Amino acid sequence: MSSHAATEDIHGHRALQHHFENMEQQREAGTLGMWIFLVTEIMFFGGMFLAYALYRTLYPAAFASASNHLDITLGAVNTGVLILSSFTMALAVYFTQIGNRRPQVICLLLTLVLGLTFLGIKAVEYHDKYEDRLIPGNLIPGHSFDPVIQKEGEPVDHHKLHLLPGATKEKVELFYWIYFAMTGMHALHMIIGAGLLTFLLIFSLKGRFDPEYHSPVEVIGLYWHFVDIVWIFLFPLLYLLGRHYH
Amino acid sequence: MSEHIVPVRVYITIFLVLLVGTALTVAAAFIDFRLPYINTVVALTIATIKATFVVLYFMHVRYSSRLIWVIMAAALFWMAILFAFTFSDYLTRDWISIQR
Repeated sequence: MSSHAATEDIHGHRALQHHFENMEQQREAGTLGMWIFLVTEIMFFGGMFLAYALYRTLYPAAFASASNHLDITLGAVNTGVLILSSFTMALAVYFTQIGNRRPQVICLLLTLVLGLTFLGIKAVEYHDKYEDRLIPGNLIPGHSFDPVIQKEGEPVDHHKLHLLPGATKEKVELFYWIYFAMTGMHALHMIIGAGLLTFLLIFSLKGRFDPEYHSPVEVIGLYWHFVDIVWIFLFPLLYLLGRHYH
Repeated sequence: MSEHIVPVRVYITIFLVLLVGTALTVAAAFIDFRLPYINTVVALTIATIKATFVVLYFMHVRYSSRLIWVIMAAALFWMAILFAFTFSDYLTRDWISIQR
């Protein structure tokens, strides 16, 4: 191992690009680039979090009513799925760093499967909202925003929208615009992440990564954890904000 | 400066902390604290703690160079400007009455 590493120091690793001095400099440059990209992502999601915070401040009753209609069980399970996928991603980086390829492949595969599970559960939730006519505006032609309102004294029906005092249907629709924009953008990031993981998996099976060269695994890991963090904030803000009114 | 390899038991600990945090945030959401904003403060505090653990350990920032810390701090600072300036406008609009 040590003599092998020494040979590489003289001739350079096969993955070393000519504009870098050595593998360490190349790896640090890659990580730095990913972090700068993630800063732009923080700004991008930050704008949507701002819109959410502002309209929630202005229309608290409508936001609580709309939020209470979301499925808290599916939301919580999805949070668990995503946290588990972040854990397996962290392990994938670990096994790449110590050069253990079999568990590395398994961890990448698990991360990919968990990511797709998240998207599947999200699809079920979106379909529920479609059934209850909660897709805002005319995003789906001929199926405009038109939920059935729960009336006072009626038996509780979870497909009907229960408006808290002071809430209006128009402002509930505003919540759903923000809900679909934020979770939709998050889901898009998950789809891109699943694509990147597929790429990692193929190259991992080909044995492309080793303790000297594993920047792709590391930076895609950073991206995956970032997407997890966005959801860590989205879950309480979207699903839990009005639960204590019951 | 060579790469720091985080041991597996650290990853397992963080994973468990994140799961407990999720359970806590769900449980706390159903409690009526009878004071305005307390539920939001509790939810955001738990979320921020969870995010900090992910950033420090899963994303290795704790073991990264100062440069990465500066980049993170810059991002958070700009987010703070975005929120502070917008809310200093919207939340103060009815402090003075202007005929519209």
